[in-house]
Amino acid sequence: MNEATLADLAPGESGQIMEIEGRGILAQRLVDMGLYPGVTAKVVRRAPLGDPIEVDAEGTFVNLRHEEARFVKVKKL
Amino acid sequence: MAKKTIALAGQPNSGKSTVFNSLTGAKQFVANYPGVTVDKMMGWYKQNGEDVEVIDLPGTYSLTSYSPEERVTRDVLLCEPISAVVNVIDAANLKRSLYLTLQLLEMEIPLILDLNMMDVAEKLGVSIDIPGLSRELGAPVVTTAITQGRGREDLLQAIADMSQSGVRASLAVCELYPDLKGALDDLEVLLSREESLKGAFPISWLAVKLMEGDPAVATLLRGKAKESASVLARAEEWRAQFEREKGVRADIYVSGQRSRRAAAIAKRFAVKKESAKAPLSERIDRAVCNKFFGPVFLLFVIYGFYYLSFVQGYNLTHYTWPVLAGIRSFAERILPQPGLIDMPIVREFVLWIVDNLNALFNYIPIFFILFALIAVLEDSGYMPRIAFVLDRILSRFGLHGQSTLPMILGGVVLGGCAVPAVMAAKGIPDEKSKLATILTLPMLNCQAKLPLYFLLIGIYFNETVRLPLLGNVNQQAIVIVFIQTISLLFVLPIAKILSMTVLKHKETAPFIMEMPPYHIPTLRGVLGRAVERIWLYVRKITTVVAAVAVILFVLLRFPGLSPERKAHYEAEKDRAVRSFLDKAKGKKLGAGLKSEKDVLNLILYQQGYRELLKSGASAEKKKAYGLTNSDFFEIIQNRKDSEAKALEKELKKLIVFRTNALTAIRKERIDNSLLGKAGRALEPISRYAGFNWRVNVAVLSTLAAKENSVSTLGALYIRETGDGESKNADTLEQRMKRQEEDLTPLHAMALMLFMVLCPPCLPTIMAIRVQTGSTKWMLFAFFVPLILGLLAAVLVFSGGSALGLTGFKAMWIFYLIPLALTILLGLIKTKRTY
Repeated sequence: MNEATLADLAPGESGQIMEIEGRGILAQRLVDMGLYPGVTAKVVRRAPLGDPIEVDAEGTFVNLRHEEARFVKVKKL
Repeated sequence: MAKKTIALAGQPNSGKSTVFNSLTGAKQFVANYPGVTVDKMMGWYKQNGEDVEVIDLPGTYSLTSYSPEERVTRDVLLCEPISAVVNVIDAANLKRSLYLTLQLLEMEIPLILDLNMMDVAEKLGVSIDIPGLSRELGAPVVTTAITQGRGREDLLQAIADMSQSGVRASLAVCELYPDLKGALDDLEVLLSREESLKGAFPISWLAVKLMEGDPAVATLLRGKAKESASVLARAEEWRAQFEREKGVRADIYVSGQRSRRAAAIAKRFAVKKESAKAPLSERIDRAVCNKFFGPVFLLFVIYGFYYLSFVQGYNLTHYTWPVLAGIRSFAERILPQPGLIDMPIVREFVLWIVDNLNALFNYIPIFFILFALIAVLEDSGYMPRIAFVLDRILSRFGLHGQSTLPMILGGVVLGGCAVPAVMAAKGIPDEKSKLATILTLPMLNCQAKLPLYFLLIGIYFNETVRLPLLGNVNQQAIVIVFIQTISLLFVLPIAKILSMTVLKHKETAPFIMEMPPYHIPTLRGVLGRAVERIWLYVRKITTVVAAVAVILFVLLRFPGLSPERKAHYEAEKDRAVRSFLDKAKGKKLGAGLKSEKDVLNLILYQQGYRELLKSGASAEKKKAYGLTNSDFFEIIQNRKDSEAKALEKELKKLIVFRTNALTAIRKERIDNSLLGKAGRALEPISRYAGFNWRVNVAVLSTLAAKENSVSTLGALYIRETGDGESKNADTLEQRMKRQEEDLTPLHAMALMLFMVLCPPCLPTIMAIRVQTGSTKWMLFAFFVPLILGLLAAVLVFSGGSALGLTGFKAMWIFYLIPLALTILLGLIKTKRTY
């Protein structure tokens, strides 16, 4: 199994979102921004200091910290 | 007839504010929603002779109860009688926008879809099947490109139609959430048994919210429904069962279904010309968010910001100041005229208030440019990119990527103002970092702290020193760099400590931010916002400043001079006037000089002429002025006539006497005043920080505005009375140095450090009160910097004295403390939990 999270992907890599962990506002915001199970997310780049990362979720560009990206489980594509 | 109310709802970056501005024009105002610090934007327009009130709801992605903005939006939609809700949508990004639309439809409100920014969508090659979309969603759809002025009439018509028909949207939630059908049906049955809910709340919406586990809806039920406990328990059971069976939480499923449905609808009704290239914004970001070029570009933007607002804006004040000065001289003219040595209290009072307000109004050009530039940053979409580049550093210290802009405004680059900075901190979505930002912003070096630094540095740090590596340098440059950087070294660790202690349990929001596509800001949008914010600033701040000015006036003036001292000055004045009148007696030009009143008139006449010369008046104007009193005119400007010259010399002597007497009286009055007494009373404590009572008074007066420090010191280090004009030409720096031989650079260093940390001025305090919505935080923002500032000053002064350090050496040693603290605290990682 390739158990990975969005935080583990390198820039240029994509993954299909399998599960959103975490509760409440965090999970809600991720889904609000288009990061929900089934979506393909691609890490576009890292910030100059490595964190946060920018993710392309099927046309929506989202900027999130590693801390939050850890909660998005993905299957590497 | 009751007024009609409509509401605008939409996601951030949907162009909702432009629609609001276009509908209402200038007829708008800001209120506050009860209990939260969310601004309630209201406006109105007239249609067919009827007033229509418009509520501009906060931009939200969703309608959960997690953020105050979303709660407010929901409450307005549920509880206020609204005849139409306009959902403003970014037509170029239908998929994202419909996610909110579906949630609005669930609420069964009279909804109109406004596909805005059609021009952008067209440019991107997006074509939308409007009738199809309208049929699918069961709501009217209009298209607009408000920035181009397109579609406004259609929108107004749609609103009027909707208010007439009052058709409420409906959405078959069971179709949208097929896996929840059993649960939703069951909950709806239970809910429809509640009489109190019937007709007041959309039942199926409540059922969905229960399945999402929405805490606000649970509270609502507990307050309204009889059987709330059993309904909530049942919802809990259904949620647990759903998660067991489907392996996903119900709230994630619900949101996910909305997203999927939104994507499906967008795919069906909006056709986009596929382009092989990445979107333009993405290509721009390759440079702007680049590892190396990104930070360079950001530095360039920050410098541009600083340069345009504080440098060019300051230059602009050279043009606006004469206007303010004109107001003052107008006031001078209409107020009761001054006596020889006694000023009518009304005159002093009004001029004091005018001066205080002028000091504030003088910042308007700077703020106008600032606000316009902020609007450009916001509208262009660069703001989230700033957060992206800097968040790593700032989040280490409990701040937020979006703290950058407030910090620039607050004076990270030498010179700023805490008031707009605190106002700009509003945009930070995370309550905890927002508070940490707001509470530390006043410790940055605002524009008004600078004059005191420059004064003290000019007096006490003006030697050339030999430093390793740098060679011979003047202390001045180094001390300025020190003062500048140390403010940041205070802000970062203090913010971190606050977020680890008092702010520990404050709500945090996850850092998940949309990177919206770039837009070219429109001139109208930018100027409109700048004007709106300036107006807000002026209204909110002027009242406070005026009130504080009144209090300070009283504190600085009462109880005033004792009768003996008054008599003393009266006697001196009589002697001076008599001596002048004696000289004038028998002279031809002195014919009109018989009494004290005549003498005063002559003095005022001379002043008037001087002002005329200063304003660069034409020869005719001067001549006309001369004609108003030809004898006086001869005295003050005839250089050839010996009699005139002699009288002018006497007049000058008298004027010098008068200036000196007025300043001496003022000084004595401040010495005796309540504030002066407070300064003296504090001396036993402030001694340890190296502050004498005069410094105490100056520090107290900075509460109204930081600029006051130098002007109060100016009033206290008053010219000594007596010998001639040469002393009058002394600068404040020279006077301070002469009168305070016992003050050393160490004193000055302690005072400067205190000033860095100094409690915020009252306008800032008020801004903090408004932004945090809490008196507790306001008081905190006042007392904590005060204590820290005193500690720093005591440490430098008492510690430095004990070790026999010079101010310059103490500075180097002291610098290590915040530096070490910053590095240490930066190493501590704080994990957040959700």
